[in-house]
This record gives sequence, structure tokens and C-alpha cells, in this order.
Amino acid sequence: MDSIVEVENLSVCYGATEALNNISFNIERGDFVGLVGPNGGGKTTLAKAILGLLPIDSEKILLFNQAIEVFGDFKRIGYLPQKHTGINQLFPASVEEVVLLGILSSKKWPKKINQEDWHRIDELLKSLGISNLKGKLISDLSGGQQQKVLLARAIASEPELLILDEPSTALDPNSREQFFAKLKELNSQKKTTIILITHDTGYVGKYANKLLYVDRKLLFFGGIADFCPSGEIESCFEKSDKHIIWHQHK
Amino acid sequence: MDIIQILQYAFIQKAFIAGSFVAITCSSLGLFLVLRKMSLIGDGLSHVSFGAIALGLFFGLYPFYVAVPVVVLASILILKISEKAKVYGDAAIGIVSAVGIAGGVILASLSNGFNVDLFSYLFGNILAISFNEAVLSVVLSATVLLTIIFFYWDLFSAAFDEEYAKTTGIKTNFINTLLTVLTAITVVLSVKVVGVMLVSALLILPAVLLYKFLKNLKQLLSWVGLFRLYRLFLEYCFHFF
Repeated sequence: MDSIVEVENLSVCYGATEALNNISFNIERGDFVGLVGPNGGGKTTLAKAILGLLPIDSEKILLFNQAIEVFGDFKRIGYLPQKHTGINQLFPASVEEVVLLGILSSKKWPKKINQEDWHRIDELLKSLGISNLKGKLISDLSGGQQQKVLLARAIASEPELLILDEPSTALDPNSREQFFAKLKELNSQKKTTIILITHDTGYVGKYANKLLYVDRKLLFFGGIADFCPSGEIESCFEKSDKHIIWHQHK
Repeated sequence: MDIIQILQYAFIQKAFIAGSFVAITCSSLGLFLVLRKMSLIGDGLSHVSFGAIALGLFFGLYPFYVAVPVVVLASILILKISEKAKVYGDAAIGIVSAVGIAGGVILASLSNGFNVDLFSYLFGNILAISFNEAVLSVVLSATVLLTIIFFYWDLFSAAFDEEYAKTTGIKTNFINTLLTVLTAITVVLSVKVVGVMLVSALLILPAVLLYKFLKNLKQLLSWVGLFRLYRLFLEYCFHFF
């Protein structure tokens, strides 16, 4: 199997506070990994470290077998950040322009946008059922609508690795189902590797094939089927929660 | 005296050319500064240019030749202070700005004779633009506008969501440095046109007045330039008559 993300002995500190300690795992092509853990456990930090957004203390992080320090093939990665972080809410950007930012990774300088790119964005918005939002300002949209636009941006470059940080928090139940169905489609049809940070533990059990549980250190990494019998995470969950995540009990 | 006669004066021509180009440059850069919440960097750098011009006058050098490198270095220092020392950007601007203005006042006190020259830079004099300054304004404006055209999507992405921009391979540190260095050079040129005290108005006001009404960055970039030129024309008329 192709290795997509390989992390060895990763530690991250914010000043004197250690956010992650000695984390190692290996994610392969086509994996759908549920990254779970308590608030403050280091899930977002781990995602950012994989993306090269944080200074790290690690023996190695390899993305597509390239060291993160020299990685330059950004069109192979899609990222949906945690809601409301980083986005300039006063920026006069339309929905189609925001989604277009997702394909900049496949452009060389000077970045020129052609009709084909705009057409591609149109098709993507249609496939996600949000083509009616195309010309609207991102700041005029509701939280849930913004989240759908940011998902479109994350998948615009047709990435091989998709990292999603709590993507479903602002979505209503119907949109949430559609959203996870879209992820499943990408994973099963296009073999997109997905790392999903979420507190929707039920969806993790339903869609993910692997689970990565972090609480500053790695408590569990493996197949969903091995999660429930695992003794290591016994202290982390109530028995009923474990069953909800596992989702495979008959 | 009609407008044709007025435009035949060489000093009016230089003022009009330099003023127009500086106006377009300031308003275009100002838009990105406002959107990136860096509006006050123009104000801080204009204070540094006051100190740098004092330094030039103190050593008997052409002030702009000293001011351009000093203000460019100050702009990079502001970025480094906020990045490395974990200080908020506005505080970093405050620190560098205070050092600049204090340095200028100290040099003015130590000298005997250039106080009048120095203080004329506080409010600027567009009709005293030299040929060299007019040429510099045209060259700089062309540089800034070409930079905006070639880096449009990088600037757009970094201003909208800097962290995400990094994940698409955009070198946001380079974009930030580019933006502040261009701002530094623009500020030095603007000091002669409007003076240290009002440079930030040239940078901020067109963007702030128009971005509430226009909902597209490209439209905004065109309109802030035109708006600033219209105001400049009114200012010339006011100056002259």
C-alpha cells in the first residue's frame, strides 16, 4: 500500500506547554481516518503539523513520501480548517472566488485563471448543490453555507489527501448526511485519503475505516473493528460511547 | 487663467504626474493594507520617514536616498517584531514609529539650521516636487501595479485566509514582506506630496470609503484609484486658486 502520511515521534510545544508528545502513525492511500479526542487533546495541532503550519519537533513527517520541510506538491492536499478561524469576514470575496482559491495550488506563478477554471468551479458548486450561492459574498452567508463553500474549496483541486477539521459543526442534520455521503463518495470512488477531525462519533464509526485517538499522546491508532476490544482506550470512553463509535455491533 | 495655461507650468506638470501616480499607488496598496488589518503601518512608516529625512539632512545627503532604505528596513523590522517576538502588529508599528519620530526630533535638536526644511516635510508640498521625484513616482507606481497584477491571486488568498493560503503553497511570508516593502517606498514618496502627518489618509481613506459599497476586489482596485485621482484634481484646484 502507498503511504500517504507517515509521522514518527512527533512532538509539538506551545511555549512551555506540550500539545503533542511522541506521536507515530502511518496513513495509507484510501484510508478514511477519524481523528478523535477530547477538547485540547491536540487534534487540530496534529492536523496543522501534518500540513507544515507549525514548528515541530519530530524525527520525520512524510507526505507522499516527501519530507514536510521540502514538500511542494500542494495540489495533492485539500484542507478545511476549523470554522471561523483565519477567514477575513470583511473581505469582499464572492463564493466562486473563495472556491477558486482551492485550485491556486495547481497554478504556477504568475497565476492566471482561465474560462476552464471558472467552468470547473461552476460544476463543483453544482455537484454540492450550492450553485445558487455562486455570486454571493462569503460574508453574507450563514455558518452552514460558509462551511459548504469551504468544503468546495478544499476539494476543488481534486486532492489525494483531504484533511477536515470539525467540518460538520455548523450543518443541519440533512446537510450533515449529504456532507458525509460526499466524503464517502470521494473516499470510495476516487480513493481520496481522508483525515476527519470530529466530535460526531457516530459518523466516525459509520464512515471511517480507521480511528486515531489523541489526548496529547496517541492512545489508539488502528482499524475501527479493533477499537472496541482495545484495552488502552478503556479509560477514555463510557462503554456506550465505544459502541456508538464502533457502529459495527449486530 | 484657464486650465490649459496652468498645465503649461513645469512645476504643475511635475506635481500632476507625481501626485497622480502616488495617488494610484497609495490607494491600490492601501486596499490590501486595510483588508489585512495593517492600515496603521503607513502611519508608522511615515513617522520613521520623518526620522530618516532628518538623518539625511543632518549628514547633508539627499533626504530620499537615506529615507528609502531606512524606511524599508523599518518595515521589515515591524514584520519581524510581530513574527518572532510574538508582539501584535499594531504594537510593533507603535514601537518602530516612536523610535523614528524620536530620532527625528533628537537630530533636529542637535542641528542648527535644517529645522525649517525638516518641518516642511510634516505637511508636504506637492508643488515643490523635483524632476527626480516625479520620475521615481512613475517608476514606483508601475512597479507596484505590475506587482499587484502578477501577484493578484497570491495577495487575494493571503489577505482572505493566510493559514489556508500556506496550504496551497503560497509563500505568505514573502507576500507580507513584498506588501510592506512596497508600502515603505510608497510612504517615502508620499511624504513629499501630503506630508508625514497625512500619508495614512492617502493610504486608508479611499479603501475604507469604497469597500463598504463595492463587493468585488477588482472593481475596488479600479475605483479606489479613480476616486483618489478625482480627489487629487480637486486638491490641485484648491491649492492653485
